[in-house]
Amino acid sequence: MKKIYTLLFSALTCYYVNAQQVPAAKQNQTVIITGATAHTGKGDVVENAIIILENGKISRIGTYDGSSLPSDAELIDAKGKHVYPGLIAPSTRLGLEEIEAVRATLDYREAGSMNPNVRSIISYNTDSRITPTVRSNGVLLALIVPEGGILPGTSSVFMTDGWNWEDAAYKTDVAVHLNWPRMRISSASWMPSADEQRNRSEQSLREIRTFFDEAKAYNDLLRPDTRNLRFEAMKGVFKGTQKLVIRANYIKEIIAAVQFAKSYGITPVIEGAGDSYLVTDFLKEQGVPVILSQPHALPNRDEEDVALPYKRAKILQEAGILFCISIDGSWQQRNLPFMAGTAAAYGLSKEEALATISLNAAKILGMDASTGSLEQGKDATLLISSGDLLDMRSSIVETAFINGAKVDLDNKQKALYRKYSEKYGQKE
Amino acid sequence: MRKLFLSLLLLLAYHLVSAQETFPVNGVKNIKPGLYALVNARIVSEAGNTYENATLIVRGQTIENIGNNITPPQGAVVIDLKGKTIYPSFIDAFSSYGLPATKRGESPDAPKFVSAKKGAYAWNEAIRPETNARDLFQADRSKAEELRKLGFGVVLSVNKDGIARGNSVLVSLTDKRENEAILKENVTTNYSFGKGTSTQDYPSSLMGSIALLRQTLYDAQWYKANNGRTEFNISLSAMNEYAALPKIFEVNDVNDILRAQKIADEFGLQFFYKSAGNEYQRLNELKKINTTYIIPLNYPKAYDVEDYFDAQNVSLADMKHWELAPYNLVYLEKEKIRFAITASDLKNPSDFWKNLRQTVKNGLSESQALNALTVIPAQLLKISDQTGTLRIGMQANFIVTSGDIFKEEARIYENWCLGERYAIQELYTADLRGDYDFSIPGIATMQLKISGTTENPEYQAVLSDSSKVRINATRNGNLLSLVFDPSLENAKGKIRLSGYIDESTPLTMKGEGIVADGRTVKWSAVYRTAYTPAEDRKETKAEDVPGDIIYPFAAYGSKELPKAEMLLIRNATVWTNEKEGKLENTDVLIDRGRIVSVGKNLTAGGARGIDGTNKHLTPGIIDEHSHIAITRGVNEGTQAVTSEVRIGDVLDANDVGIYRQLAGGVTTSQLLHGSANPVGGQAALIKLRWGRTAEELKFEGAEPFIKFALGENVKQSNWGERSTIRFPQTRMGVEQVYYDAFIRAKEYEKSMSAYESLSSSKRAAATAPRKDLELDALAEILNGKRFITCHSYVQSEINMLMKVADSMGFKINTFTHILEGYKVADKMKAHGAGGSTFSDWWAYKYEVIDAIPYNGALMSREGIITAFNSDDAEMARRLNQEAAKAVKYGNISEEEALKFVTLNPAKLLHIDQRVGSIRAGKDADLVLWNDHPLSVYARPEKTFVDGIAYFDSERDAELQLAITKERERLAQKMLTEKRIGNPVQKPEKKEKMHYHCDDVMDEAKN
Repeated sequence: MKKIYTLLFSALTCYYVNAQQVPAAKQNQTVIITGATAHTGKGDVVENAIIILENGKISRIGTYDGSSLPSDAELIDAKGKHVYPGLIAPSTRLGLEEIEAVRATLDYREAGSMNPNVRSIISYNTDSRITPTVRSNGVLLALIVPEGGILPGTSSVFMTDGWNWEDAAYKTDVAVHLNWPRMRISSASWMPSADEQRNRSEQSLREIRTFFDEAKAYNDLLRPDTRNLRFEAMKGVFKGTQKLVIRANYIKEIIAAVQFAKSYGITPVIEGAGDSYLVTDFLKEQGVPVILSQPHALPNRDEEDVALPYKRAKILQEAGILFCISIDGSWQQRNLPFMAGTAAAYGLSKEEALATISLNAAKILGMDASTGSLEQGKDATLLISSGDLLDMRSSIVETAFINGAKVDLDNKQKALYRKYSEKYGQKE
Repeated sequence: MRKLFLSLLLLLAYHLVSAQETFPVNGVKNIKPGLYALVNARIVSEAGNTYENATLIVRGQTIENIGNNITPPQGAVVIDLKGKTIYPSFIDAFSSYGLPATKRGESPDAPKFVSAKKGAYAWNEAIRPETNARDLFQADRSKAEELRKLGFGVVLSVNKDGIARGNSVLVSLTDKRENEAILKENVTTNYSFGKGTSTQDYPSSLMGSIALLRQTLYDAQWYKANNGRTEFNISLSAMNEYAALPKIFEVNDVNDILRAQKIADEFGLQFFYKSAGNEYQRLNELKKINTTYIIPLNYPKAYDVEDYFDAQNVSLADMKHWELAPYNLVYLEKEKIRFAITASDLKNPSDFWKNLRQTVKNGLSESQALNALTVIPAQLLKISDQTGTLRIGMQANFIVTSGDIFKEEARIYENWCLGERYAIQELYTADLRGDYDFSIPGIATMQLKISGTTENPEYQAVLSDSSKVRINATRNGNLLSLVFDPSLENAKGKIRLSGYIDESTPLTMKGEGIVADGRTVKWSAVYRTAYTPAEDRKETKAEDVPGDIIYPFAAYGSKELPKAEMLLIRNATVWTNEKEGKLENTDVLIDRGRIVSVGKNLTAGGARGIDGTNKHLTPGIIDEHSHIAITRGVNEGTQAVTSEVRIGDVLDANDVGIYRQLAGGVTTSQLLHGSANPVGGQAALIKLRWGRTAEELKFEGAEPFIKFALGENVKQSNWGERSTIRFPQTRMGVEQVYYDAFIRAKEYEKSMSAYESLSSSKRAAATAPRKDLELDALAEILNGKRFITCHSYVQSEINMLMKVADSMGFKINTFTHILEGYKVADKMKAHGAGGSTFSDWWAYKYEVIDAIPYNGALMSREGIITAFNSDDAEMARRLNQEAAKAVKYGNISEEEALKFVTLNPAKLLHIDQRVGSIRAGKDADLVLWNDHPLSVYARPEKTFVDGIAYFDSERDAELQLAITKERERLAQKMLTEKRIGNPVQKPEKKEKMHYHCDDVMDEAKN
């Protein structure tokens, strides 16, 4: 008896704690979702929708007329529920970091400052315990970005489910990233002198200019005598097949960064973009899209509107700038929907807000032809929530599909919750 | 009688003159009578007492006589000062003249726990009361001359190093040897909050500096009481020896005055404050302090705001301070606050007069200005009987000036120090300004026009066709040379003229010269008409009207604070947090800061109505774990136990974080020490009364708390190789720190009470135990008078601390952060501890690897009082959303979830009788939301503290507009400053720390 008990106990323990989520198998059965309110990501809503997922694609989305449904399909009655496109985190080190304070688990920052040739795809850890917690809040695609130095590396888009980095990759080597040198002089005690800051900034600007000049010239060579991996990594940027994402926050940084990129014929994406709200005409004129970082932030200046970080999205929206919203960090990605929710609280419509973490991100990353919204022919990457996904009060993701495959929404934290609910005899 | 007095004086004078007597002389002695008669002068002997056409007799170092109708004694050198004015020379009560510069200490490679100073000194290098400036003083001729030029004759030299800085020395700015320059030793003892050259770790924060000073003052009392029966300690001994001297406390900010004054009150001391120049920001508080301030004239330069982008990085507070600093003394005088003026802190000595005269122009009375430079510092330094006024028998310290010293064009000609005459500017240089008939026979007849100031005259030739040509003139006494190019037909090129000034009437200049073709010429210029200054000063600025002083002195401060009124909030959804639960269409009446009634269709005559239709009213949010509004250091993590430090000592009422959090619905925050050590500092509970003083922020009557911490931070796990020495480095060690600390506290209490119970005769013979602020706080815990909130993560350490507490007979009130609380919720319940946790943080370090967002739900269901806290200046603005996550993760009901950030933290903080729910009689700390308070779409429209809407979204819009207008007004003024050629500074972004638990840096250097 005792043996059985022990066995049972270890089985339970296994279930409770080591709930290892199994990557979803390829879709082999049609899925039909009916009755839900479908938020397409394009700004509109389909009430009482029917969505058919076939061979990994959305084969149909429209209003459900109540007609009978094929019996060989998996039918999901989602009446009273909401369907959203899979959310896209447009800039994160998810999978490159497991525990912030433990150096051994950090894989996002390479030594040196000019590393466009290092690729996040190589480090991306599909077995991170963090990813399932992000996935279970609806983030199904993410641009994984190296950090640090001037040119930290090349990013790729991953699905938040998969066996290995090849398997999980959605779009590889999407963008080369550039951290624009600080042009705002700070008098903080931990900063060097104002002159030193100016010198460093100018020095970095010269280095960037030189690097780009040399890389461009190199890539014009048909057959270089000596190969240079760093310069080669820039090829797609000059050809226009890869994005150049420039992190810049201060007004002057934004203007300088855009003009710099334009001088090479590149239309960059500006990331961070704290002061973007001050230069909307310029960004619009230049056709530059924006990744707006971390709306849950403090204003940069004491005098600024207390709620400015919440309101920037509305200002960009009104100015007609294509932008998406990101949140810093790795585990924090699970709060991405609430960043959009905040933008909605401060001026965006809820559907506009949804677009900032779905279709707009897909457009900016150049993958809106296949994903980012609920549209016929696009990937069946979507989710069902019992309530408003952008509001933590009601955001419960019940089911999610990546390319039509139903993904596991369990995670380590839910397992621990079950384990300790059991310990205390609590009802979850 | 008078004769006797005079001979006594002579004796004194002789005594002073012969100070250098001990030194042998190489050659013939050169002892002078030192007898001078300054005649025909206007003498301002002190503010309000002026002799016209008077005489001053100096004998040796002393004023022998002063007044009208005095005949110069035989043998006196007679100096005619017709048209000149004599003032007492100035006294600087806070100088570093003649003392070595103090450099900040660099942090050593390894932690340094105790002093490395050799000898029987204090344990801490910043405590150096044995330092005597007398021993360090070296006369410095160039510096002395610089100060004499400004009008100073006597200065107090203070060694600006450390927290207890030792004794100052009063010196004359004579060029003589130190033996004669030193007037008085041990004049004041000196203090500050900065550790100076100390390279010891402790203190690393302002609160640490304050605690160290308090403990040292107690140690000195203990040392005295035991009269050498304990250790020998040079520092404490010096402190007692000089306890009666006046004490000067140097601060860098007006708010530090209020902090230091609390120490003064505690120990019954009087501090004189050398302060920073922003005293106008807290006039009402300074008025209440019985002291004298020593105030610098270090006015900031205008910012160069031409670059609109960069200019946005300058804070409103800095812009306003630029405008108001030159009015500081005007406000102080208006409030009858007593102050002396110091020339210290000026980057450029010439700013002294520029700034002082500007202040006089701004409204400081000349008599107050003069007193602040003479009589007041003399009184403060207790040398009024020697200097500061010009009276018989006083030291001959005075200046000879061209006239009213506070007028723009006034000049100081001479500065007499102890009867020694120092020329600053040639006394008899004639004022040449005026129009002259200027002729160079054979070349041209013109006008010579000399304008500008006597100091810097401008020379111009006015040609026959009225065109003007600038002349380069060089004057040396009465010798003169002129170079100019009038572009004459008959003399092309530059003309060079040299000659002399003949001071007979009319004033004439004449001499020889040469023109470009080599012809030599003669020239002359004969005085014709007087100079009229008005024509030179076309560009007079419009009358300067400064902006308002705002409270607090920061963005979103205002001239008038919002007031409490009777308010009736009608027809809202009211989340009572009481057994009534959530009430729809309900009214709440507020009066005099309290909730008067809650119900339907309330009426109240005189109450202002607020429509709450479709809105939600909740209790104000309470943040159990916050680090906003803290000045210079959130951690004193340099020792494992620092229960002596107090956040309440270092509140920053100007932190815009207060306003931002009000905008997020927060009304009460517990400000905690960081988590760098097992026993951190004492916490402060504040209400967010934006605009009030630091003391007024404090939640009155709240029970005291203290911060403890466990885990990686206290083990210094993530702080690099330097931090591997301080005990503890493991969780085993952490436990021992607690046992040791509490055992020490128990023994301390025992020895204290044993001593107290002795009869007074026995007590006199016994050795008094040393009052220990660190152990006092721990003893309070043991006695249930202070409560613990403990930063904690993993279950093992939570369990450990409860075991320590149980075995020592106290309770852990709250575990804060407590991310693994869900694993030991049953044990916490048994112990009686509450949990204040994060909603969903994890994965930022190894010890939070098992953190789950269901923690709050699990603990709460297990019967633990559960709260969500921020530990973050940003997240605190939306704790309502964090509460909503307890609904999402763990399915807590919405009403219970709201309690996680209102009633439950109120319970944890023992203030639930006052706040946390909406019930008649409770404080009117309320938030009116536009939407369901747990929704991401909810925004606070009004946040009330004590019934006062410290945040109001409509008023917020007005404030934003006002800030923009005020900045633009100031920017326009700054642009003018630059245009008229005044120096400006580049705009830079000032960054402030937004503290978290684990922020550790040394902020006690200054």
